[in-house]
Amino acid sequence: MPLPYYVSPEQMMQDKAEYAKKGIAKGRSIIAIEYVNGILLVAENPSASLYKISEIYDSIAFAGAGKYSEFENLRKAGIRHADLKGFMYSREDVTARSLANGYSQSVGTIFSQEQKPLEVEILVVQVGHNGHANEMYRISFDGSIIDERTFAVIGGKAEAIQALLKEKGLTKPPDLREALSLCISSLEQIGSQKLSLESLEVAVLDRTREGRRFRRLSAADTKQLLSP
Amino acid sequence: MKLPFLPNHDDSSFFDFLTRHHPALTPTGRSGFLQAQASGEPMRGGGAMNVPHATTVLAIKYQQGVVIAGDRRATEGFQIAERRIEKVFKIDDYSAMAIAGAAGPCIEMAKLFQVELEHYEKLEGVQLSCEGKANKLGQMVKANLPMVFQGLVVMPLYVGYDVKRTEGRIFKYDLSGGRYEESDYHAIGSGGKDARNTMREHFLKGLAEPEALKLALLALYNAADDDVGTGGPDLVRGIYPTAKIVDARGITDVSEQQIRNIYDGLLATRRSKES
Repeated sequence: MPLPYYVSPEQMMQDKAEYAKKGIAKGRSIIAIEYVNGILLVAENPSASLYKISEIYDSIAFAGAGKYSEFENLRKAGIRHADLKGFMYSREDVTARSLANGYSQSVGTIFSQEQKPLEVEILVVQVGHNGHANEMYRISFDGSIIDERTFAVIGGKAEAIQALLKEKGLTKPPDLREALSLCISSLEQIGSQKLSLESLEVAVLDRTREGRRFRRLSAADTKQLLSP
Repeated sequence: MKLPFLPNHDDSSFFDFLTRHHPALTPTGRSGFLQAQASGEPMRGGGAMNVPHATTVLAIKYQQGVVIAGDRRATEGFQIAERRIEKVFKIDDYSAMAIAGAAGPCIEMAKLFQVELEHYEKLEGVQLSCEGKANKLGQMVKANLPMVFQGLVVMPLYVGYDVKRTEGRIFKYDLSGGRYEESDYHAIGSGGKDARNTMREHFLKGLAEPEALKLALLALYNAADDDVGTGGPDLVRGIYPTAKIVDARGITDVSEQQIRNIYDGLLATRRSKES
C-alpha cells in the first residue's frame, strides 16, 4: 500500500487559491457602480443569451465572473433562497446581506473541503430605497466577503479597473449616462480595445421602479442613453 | 457534501422545490395532519360531494383582451366573515386569476402561483408561455386534491394575455386539475350559474372594452341578486366588486370610481323599472 504524501495545509490552500485565481483571471470583468437612482451593472459579454448579470429579487441583483457553470449554479441557488424566504416570511425580509452570507458560507466550505475550489467571483448588490443606503458585497473564490462602497469590480482585470475608478475620485453618485460611459471607458482602457455596445451586458437596479426594480438595458437602450 | 444554501436541486419550478425540500410549506402540507385527525372516519364518497364556495368570479373576452371581475364577500356558514376580501389577483405582467373556494388555501395558491411564475422567469431568463402557465396551475390544483376531501376546495379561473397569439385567453379547471379553455366567457362559484346566464344573454363576439366591463358588472349584480353567497355593490359602505383588464398593455386595475359610475347607471335603470 503506498503511503499518502504529506502536504502541509498552507501549501494546499495556496495551491487551491492559485488555481482559482488563474481560472478567474481568464474571464472578463464586471463593474457595479452606484448612480443617482440606483446601481448600474456593466459586463463585457459577447453572448447575448448567456447572462453574467441577473435578477435575484425585488431589489437584489447578482453578477458572476469566472466559470459559467459554477456561477450559474450559485445564481440559481440564490434565487431559490430568496424566493423561499420571501414566500415564507415577506418580500421585504429578503436581504442582500443574508444572501451574501449564504454565498460566503457555501463558497468557503467548498474551497476548504473539496478537491477543486470554485473558480468564481460574485457580486450581490441591493439598491436601497426609502432613505436606505445601497449595499454591495463582493465574494471571492475562498468565501471571503468584502463590503464595497461606490463601486465594485470582479473578474480578470478587477484590480486594474478598481484602481482606475478610484483615480476618478467620485464624490457624489453620477447620473446614469455618466456612470455608463465611465464604465465603458474603464473597460476599454484596461482591455485596450474599443467595445461595441452589442458586446456589453448592461442592467440597472432602479429605485424609482415599483416592485421588481431590476431591468436589462438592450444595446438599443444603451445607444439611446449615450447619444447626445 | 451537504450545503444548506445549495440544495441539490435542478428544476425551474418553485412549487416542486417546495414539495421536495419544504413540504410543510405547500398547501397540501397540512393534509398529513388532517388525515391523521380524520383517520377514524371513513373517506367521503366522490359522487355526492358537496362543494361549498360562496363566491362569484367571472371573465369575459373582448376585442383586445379579457375582463376579469369578482365580488368581495366571504362567508362562514350563514354569517358574513369579510366584506372587502379580494378575489381577483394579478399574477404576473400578463396574467391574473380569480378564485372560488376556501379563502385561506385560495389566497395561498394565488401567492404560490405568483412566486412560481416569477421564479421560473428568473431562473430561465424567459417567461412561461400562456399555455404553460395555465398547465402549471392545473398541476397545482391537482396537487390540492387531497385537501378537497377535507373540504378545502380551491377553484381557480385563470386569464392570460397570449403575447404570441395576441389575444386574451380564459381557462377553467375542475377539482382534479383538468384544464379547459373557454372561448368567450366563464363564471365560477355559487353564483357562477346566475352570472353565466346573464352573460349568455348579452355576450357578443368582439365586444369593446367598456361594454365588456359593463356586462361583467351586470352579471355580478344579477348573481348577487339571486345568490346569498355573493355580495353586490354595498352603497352604504362604498364597497364595490373589483375588476381587472388583461390586454397587450398588461394588467390594469379598473378604478373604484369607474366601477361606482357604472353601477350608478345600472341601478338607475333598475329603479326606473320598479316604479
